[in-house]
Amino acid sequence: MSPALLYTGSGIILFSIGLHALLVHRHLLRKILAANIMGSGVFMVFIAMGVHGDSGVADPVPQAMVLTGIVVSLCFTAVAIVLAVRLNKLTGCTTLAVDEESSID
Amino acid sequence: MTELIVQQQWFLWMTLLPLGAAVAAFLAPRQAHWIGLVTALLLPLCALAAIAAATLSETQTITAGNWPTPLGIALRSDGLALVMLAVTALVGFIISCYALGYFPVRGHHQSRARYFWPLWLFLWGGCNALFISGDLFNLYVTLELVTLASVALIALEGGKAALAAALRYLFISLLGSLAYLLGVGILYGTYATVDIILLGDMLAATRLNHAAMSLMIAGLVLKSALFPLHFWLPQAHTMAPAPVSAVLSALVVKCAYVILLRLWFEVFPALDTIAIGHLLGLLGSIAIIWGSLMALRQERLKLLIAYSTVAQIGYLFLVFPLAHTETMASAWIGGVLLMMAHACGKAAMFMVAGTIHHTAGSDRISRLAGAGGPIGVLVVVFTLAAGTIIGLPPSGGFFAKWLFINAALVSGQWWYLPIILSGTLLAAAYIARVLGWAFLDVKRSSYPVIPWMMKWPPLVLSIIALLFGLIAYEPVQLALSGAPVSSPVLVEFGP
Amino acid sequence: MSDLILPAILLSSLLPGLIIFTLPEESVRLRTTLNLGGAVVKLLLVALLFFHVAKREYTELRLPLLPDMELVLRADALSLLFLILSAFLWFLTTIYAIGYLEDSPNRSRFFGFFSLCVSATTGIALAGDMVTFVIFYEALTISTYPLVIHRGTPAALHAGRIYLAYTLGGGVVLFIATVWLRAIAGPLDFSPDGVVASLDPALHGSLTIIFALLILSLGVKAALVPLHIWLPSAMIAPAPVSALLHAVAVVKAGAFGIIRVIHDIFGIGFSAELNLLFPLALMAAFTIIYGSIRALSQNDLKRRLAFSTVSQVSYILLGVAMATPLATIGGLVHLVHQGVMKITLFFCAGNLAETLGIHKIDEMDGVGRRMPWTMAAFTVAALGMIGLPPLAGFISKWYLGLGGLAAGQPWVIIVLIGSTLLNASYFLPVLHRIWFVPSRQDWPSSTLRDGRETTWALLIPPLITAMLVVMLGVLAHSVGSALYWVELIATREYGP
Repeated sequence: MSPALLYTGSGIILFSIGLHALLVHRHLLRKILAANIMGSGVFMVFIAMGVHGDSGVADPVPQAMVLTGIVVSLCFTAVAIVLAVRLNKLTGCTTLAVDEESSID
Repeated sequence: MTELIVQQQWFLWMTLLPLGAAVAAFLAPRQAHWIGLVTALLLPLCALAAIAAATLSETQTITAGNWPTPLGIALRSDGLALVMLAVTALVGFIISCYALGYFPVRGHHQSRARYFWPLWLFLWGGCNALFISGDLFNLYVTLELVTLASVALIALEGGKAALAAALRYLFISLLGSLAYLLGVGILYGTYATVDIILLGDMLAATRLNHAAMSLMIAGLVLKSALFPLHFWLPQAHTMAPAPVSAVLSALVVKCAYVILLRLWFEVFPALDTIAIGHLLGLLGSIAIIWGSLMALRQERLKLLIAYSTVAQIGYLFLVFPLAHTETMASAWIGGVLLMMAHACGKAAMFMVAGTIHHTAGSDRISRLAGAGGPIGVLVVVFTLAAGTIIGLPPSGGFFAKWLFINAALVSGQWWYLPIILSGTLLAAAYIARVLGWAFLDVKRSSYPVIPWMMKWPPLVLSIIALLFGLIAYEPVQLALSGAPVSSPVLVEFGP
Repeated sequence: MSDLILPAILLSSLLPGLIIFTLPEESVRLRTTLNLGGAVVKLLLVALLFFHVAKREYTELRLPLLPDMELVLRADALSLLFLILSAFLWFLTTIYAIGYLEDSPNRSRFFGFFSLCVSATTGIALAGDMVTFVIFYEALTISTYPLVIHRGTPAALHAGRIYLAYTLGGGVVLFIATVWLRAIAGPLDFSPDGVVASLDPALHGSLTIIFALLILSLGVKAALVPLHIWLPSAMIAPAPVSALLHAVAVVKAGAFGIIRVIHDIFGIGFSAELNLLFPLALMAAFTIIYGSIRALSQNDLKRRLAFSTVSQVSYILLGVAMATPLATIGGLVHLVHQGVMKITLFFCAGNLAETLGIHKIDEMDGVGRRMPWTMAAFTVAALGMIGLPPLAGFISKWYLGLGGLAAGQPWVIIVLIGSTLLNASYFLPVLHRIWFVPSRQDWPSSTLRDGRETTWALLIPPLITAMLVVMLGVLAHSVGSALYWVELIATREYGP
């Protein structure tokens, strides 16, 4: 088993774990963490894809992409945490189960 | 003079200008609305210049930092990019004017205005960048820019329902874009490039590529809210203030769809897409019927409009099964036309709903009973804009449906006819319901005066939406330049 | 100049309509000026166009819509027939509506949609190809709906729903049939020989289905039985709307569309060759008899008139479906004659409702003494409907009968006689009540200064149209009459 395949495989497993957690858990922090784990899985796949042939030289493009991806992911995490904290202050809940009937008027 | 127009990279300016203005508006919150308005005025001019430049020369491609394509980032202004830039500029300009009236600079809602302008300009820049992006990874980044701005805009109202809707939208978007990104990663592993044109030339029908395609399409379908993945849309689109709802429904949903169009027609034509096409067509058909039925049941105007968006997205997905070899151009242009028409019509409808909410104090449809005076005019505007949603001539929706039906007949997929027809009739039914309430003869209460910035912009946009079919020739020709399809637009049966 | 006259005719009602929408309710004077100004300008432009077309100078305007698809406006003899009718009757109906709706709420909304409705009708008349026709035909549907529900009562809303369901249902079928035909036959410009005759015989099966779909969908507005349900229920609308709906805009748009399809898309020869016309003739004949029989039992005046319309509009279709020059003349001339007669009847019915509050026929006893002028107009139009020589209705029936004989279909004569007897039996008792039965109740006496029976705005239009009913019959053979013009069309259509 080549390292590239190993990393790709683990990346996809991480993605699946994150996906499962994102769908199953209701606690907002857990959801945020799950999304981050999904992201890490994807980034791992990208890094693994940078290996071309056996030259041992890594392709720099995917690494640049992963860096960009990490920045994006960081922004999202920050926004999500801000929103979650604000929601928690307003409702005292840690989940999304807000009464949606009390809405627009 | 001509040289001056051609040599400028106008479409690049259309990205940089709003992003720069967003930063400026954030730094100078007191002047935010002026910065926003000036940008909104400049962008349609840039769009016109970009179109002029494109018609004078070929499709333009720039690579950022002059790195050659496999390594650098390609920005292209092909037909699709140009029409989307132009429609966004038009709709964005009108929404900006409306927002000036909606978010008063003084008064207790001051903070909303302070945050609206930078976020909206940021979103606008993201959209423009997305339309001109020529590689898959850049599409991901720009799509995330748009999503991030949208999440913040949904949360603008600050209530717990708005926050919850924003968070839910954020998670859904993350899920969708990560699935898309995983697909991009797999493609990169095989071909070592993410450039759309290069990939389109190289791609072979391997099992791995099909997996990548499925992941990317699934992710984008989630973000463009196709049934049954539409559940987040009605809440997200109705919790936001009216200008934001208009932006979300008219522009943001289209972003994911534009990427889908590019993938389907430019990256994956070599793959076996028939089964997925039929699946998307089936889901689209259900979306049309389901969305329209739900719209018919709503008690609130904004929810009705949001469910109507769900139905209209269903039409957009009929493009994929209908695009056979000979009907390729017919379906593609139909989709592009519907996107443009829906952007104008839906933005106008949400703005009218916002004005009605502002004036009548609620957007319950029953509150429209006996609407006369200022509200009566608004209902007429609403009806005009709805013409394109129903697909009445001479709106763009009418001609889009014409092209779809033409494609369905010629490609022998007659089962889409009853779907399109019943969608039309149901749309007429839910619009007639609103109109029926407004015409109801009861004693009217008196309403406050509507600021004219909240009345005229939607009127202008709804008239454009209704008459869009009459001016569609130029945009369609423009979209066809450099389009990935080349068959005749109106197809005839073979002998 | 002549390039711009067609859009100018369209805009002469569209622009005033759009401006009226934005006017506040109080600016009566400006609204009236816009309304009448638009109507007069339209009449003048149409008159100008008339002289061009009479000299066989057909003007045309093309605007690209999509690649390979154009918006075609063209004025030929047939469009002029419909155009003159609609422009003239719009002028009268506008005067009437201004009088009728005096001091009622939501007038800006009403007159706005009223103008849109007439613009759409004008567009239908000027459409030079099937695509353009469909565009204006659907625009007519949607601009009439707010007029039908204008009163805003639950009953009006209910009638509006029925109206919308029928017309939009027909509209989408028309839409599909047109797209299908366009995909088979290419561009669908109206031309005297039709555009489908030269197609591969293998397509004749599809063409037959398309023909049936087109006729059925257009038959909704033309109120062919059993697609006529919406028409009597739409009677809830204010009288000027009913008048316009019945005489000019909606039902005539359907009939006009069927004429266009048979003459200018399929071609008379080709339609006859595929045996497409005989079923239509049978449907029309059945509608004529059925409508008249239903009219007999209506006590509501406007509903009786509505069923009479159902019956009378099918005369046009019957004439067209028999495909001989004489029958075509009869059918086309009835397009004008029925319009003038029916609008008179509705004006008079509106006067009764507005002035005296009479809606039912059994309340009309002796009303001839209270409103002699209105009732005189009513009588003339009703006698015309029955087909009393030398009034307008007689001319239509005469040519229809001759045409039936020439086509070798003598059963048409029986239908005509039967229908005439039925017409007489639902109109004559009304006339008897009006003039010969003593009045049972005291109506409010006139509050007007010189004791006039009603306001000038309500009185002049029916008197003018009643005079026309007489003149179109008596002077049928003189230059400029409807018959003269229709004979011209038939000659151009069938060759001399």
